[in-house]
Amino acid sequence: MFESNEPLLFEIGASGRRAVELPTIDVPVKPLESLIPKKHVRGSLPLPELSEPEVIRHYTRLSQRNFSIDSGFYPLGSCTMKYNPKINEDVARLSGFGRIHPLQPAKTVQGALEVMFTMQNILTEVAGMDETSLQPAAGAHGELLGLMLIQAYQKSIGQGHRDTILVPEAAHGTNPASAARCGFKTKSIRSDARGRVDIEHLKSLLGDHVAGFMLTNPNTVGLFEDNVAEICELIHAAGGQVYCDGANMNALVGRARPGDMGFDVMHFNLHKTFSSPHGGGGPGSGPVSVKSHLAPFLPAPMAIKTEAGYELQFDRPGAVGKIHGYYGSFMCILRSYVFIMYYGSEGLKTISENAVLNANYIRVKLQDEYDVAFDELCMHECIFTLKRQAKEYGIKAIDVAKRLMDFGIHPPTMYFPLIVPEALMVEPTETESIQTLNRFVQVMKQIADEAKNNPDLVRSAPTATPVRKLDEATAARQPCLCWTAPSDAVTAA
Amino acid sequence: MAYIPNTDSDRGEMLAALGLNSLDELFSQIPKDLQLKGELNIPSRLDQMSLARHMGALARKNISAEDHPCFLGAGIYHHYVPPTVGAIIGRSEFYTAYTPYQPEMSQGMLQTIYEFQTLIAELTGMDVANASMYDGATALAEAAIMAKDLTSRSVVLILGTVSKHYTDVLQTYAEHSGVEVVTVSGDGGVVSSSSVEAAITPNTAAVIVQQPNFYGNLEDIEEIFSAAHAAGALAIASVDPVSLGLLTPPGHYGADIVVGEGQGLGCPMGFGGPMLGLFACRTEFMRRLPGRIVGETKDGDGKRAYVMTLRTREQDIRRERATINIFTNEALYALAATVYLATMGRQGLAGVAELSLQKAHYAAEQITAIPGFELMYPGAPFFKEFAVRTAASPEKINEALLDNGIIGGLPISTPDGDQGLLFCVTEQRTRQDIDRLVELLWAL
Repeated sequence: MFESNEPLLFEIGASGRRAVELPTIDVPVKPLESLIPKKHVRGSLPLPELSEPEVIRHYTRLSQRNFSIDSGFYPLGSCTMKYNPKINEDVARLSGFGRIHPLQPAKTVQGALEVMFTMQNILTEVAGMDETSLQPAAGAHGELLGLMLIQAYQKSIGQGHRDTILVPEAAHGTNPASAARCGFKTKSIRSDARGRVDIEHLKSLLGDHVAGFMLTNPNTVGLFEDNVAEICELIHAAGGQVYCDGANMNALVGRARPGDMGFDVMHFNLHKTFSSPHGGGGPGSGPVSVKSHLAPFLPAPMAIKTEAGYELQFDRPGAVGKIHGYYGSFMCILRSYVFIMYYGSEGLKTISENAVLNANYIRVKLQDEYDVAFDELCMHECIFTLKRQAKEYGIKAIDVAKRLMDFGIHPPTMYFPLIVPEALMVEPTETESIQTLNRFVQVMKQIADEAKNNPDLVRSAPTATPVRKLDEATAARQPCLCWTAPSDAVTAA
Repeated sequence: MAYIPNTDSDRGEMLAALGLNSLDELFSQIPKDLQLKGELNIPSRLDQMSLARHMGALARKNISAEDHPCFLGAGIYHHYVPPTVGAIIGRSEFYTAYTPYQPEMSQGMLQTIYEFQTLIAELTGMDVANASMYDGATALAEAAIMAKDLTSRSVVLILGTVSKHYTDVLQTYAEHSGVEVVTVSGDGGVVSSSSVEAAITPNTAAVIVQQPNFYGNLEDIEEIFSAAHAAGALAIASVDPVSLGLLTPPGHYGADIVVGEGQGLGCPMGFGGPMLGLFACRTEFMRRLPGRIVGETKDGDGKRAYVMTLRTREQDIRRERATINIFTNEALYALAATVYLATMGRQGLAGVAELSLQKAHYAAEQITAIPGFELMYPGAPFFKEFAVRTAASPEKINEALLDNGIIGGLPISTPDGDQGLLFCVTEQRTRQDIDRLVELLWAL
């Protein structure tokens, strides 16, 4: 099935083919020139021409060259690749949700507004905070909003000169990137030998130029920052605000709340913790929850409930300003709402329990063959270092990762965070069975054995995938980002 | 729980392997005083059947464009979505996949993104396009910041006819990025190139035009772009991609950056989100292009393949020096747009544009024949939306329409103090829909 390439869309079809027949025009037709000046009318429209069977076959075949959660185990650390329930998809297909326009009068969209209002409240409660904005369209977008809120707050209390955000060196790259996009400088905080934030280093960098500190908890090596309460107190005492990157909430739902730890603001990744599908890279949704002192700065509109029903409140004088054209990723928020309602107050805890149990099971089952980076209970993900294999056999994290593909398993996260050399970070999530975990363990043991006794086999992987290892260097040196018709081909820039 | 395979027996076995006695012990890292006692104050759970009923009831509390003909536009459009789109984006190999960081296992997604990039570049007449942005509004904001970085100038000039949904977001991003936004107003529903020229200074990084503009009218972008270039400023256009089935793409007028909202290309209106931000630019700016990009390469056997490339622009590598903080974007919606364009094809997209154009003009003619309804901008050519000045209150008009099963246009008021309705007519509106709307307006 995979011997040949799948052609590009532009290499299929033929002139005159169509996959859609539009209705005959039912209004009197006016000459085009009388409606649109000639200069505004395009000459040619270089789009392909295919029949419907050709379209479907092409994209169906492409889907078969794509690994997914529904296809197999996908233990990408920090991504929370959990199963996406199908009832969520059924609900999203209801025209009552998908075919409503955001600018319709409130009384015609009471169902949608109720979903938004309820989700604002649910996320506020899960966060242990006071209010929530659903507007950010992804985690990084939520980070940007959170930082804007911190900036606005600091300004409002006469502390607008604070221009620096502290970020752990182990933080996800979006953290410092978002800080920069918000106009902040960043300073990096070291991790200590336990994989936690080095509190002494943090203390040494505090000062009245610090607007805030961003922390992921559990952190990016899958460990709970047990000094978090002390950290929040330190930051607050120094006049800063504390931001929680909620990417790893799968370890905490129903068990602990960032608000109780002292955080002032956090974002959620609905496409991680709350099962909105990853979609191959989006759409996502990154709602932001805040304590009451930051609430006045949340962007308009917010969903509110009045005697007359649900409404969107646009009049928010202190708001930082909109960051999305409309109200956020409603269709993702909808799916997460269905997911949360399935678990409810009674069941939410089972998510974190099973996620943390699954990760620890893998940790102990593999700790003889692979060096666990931190010798203690992990939370929802565990991180191995292949430093020893790299030294002894010349087999690196990337080699093991590629070899896993030959067994139909998606590699774990590689080389993140940078504080662990040759890192492989495994996050199974709660939706995997003990059988799947046992098979993963067995495959990893086999690869450990191959690394020792047959390293070439590992290094030449993958061989069972539609394509082998790619020449990424040439792709970057001589970028080819766009297909060009053979007759128009120009030499690369 | 249906989504958690392991049973108590499985968990017992796993806890034994860990040498633990209870699930609670797994959370010993969390200080006791930070552990929740009891349950969260959120709704009680529903079993799947009850949940389906609950969600059906919520959906029925909304009136959709399927229930009532919808004449709302203003950036989000009720265009026809062919069944191929749902069939493909409903395939879980696509929607339950992650970002294609492991290209050997993700050629499906990578190739569709490459096709998407090509289609957007062709549609807009530009050289390269990225894999998507959150929406048209943030795409526009990032284009302004990119222009500041490329020209080292800090002012962007934006036409007053650009949608407020975009300018509000642009303003927020600009404030945090050292960009000053200056608006040039027009009259007659468009902004003259001479007004733009007069407003350009040596500190203008870019001139931003929306085509068609918020009122549905066509701007003289060729002249406006010439004025921008003459002053060393970049030319940025924000487009309606469906209109490009008919209209000259900004790339042919020398646009440096083209952004837009791709929702009309096969994506649901979805109460405003998710959306699909489009971003395209010229080759010379490629390395400053924000967001993900997929490029073509070969594998070890010489087979053609696709991979995310030019990654040193991105946050995971450059951190605070990344060109942008974006990570998750709108991949599945980009796939929807790709399938839409593959399905509609050359003839289909041109057909949709033509139908929308003719129906909108028919509706405009019929509506403005009614006393108390006149075109706000009679001189300006328009595509599928038009602004009508109304003697009666726009909200009252819409209530009457709603009582009779029609979702009316968007109530608007202009800087000059006019009140009225912005009507949008797409290929989905039948003649009966339009005639019924007109009949109801006569009866007011």
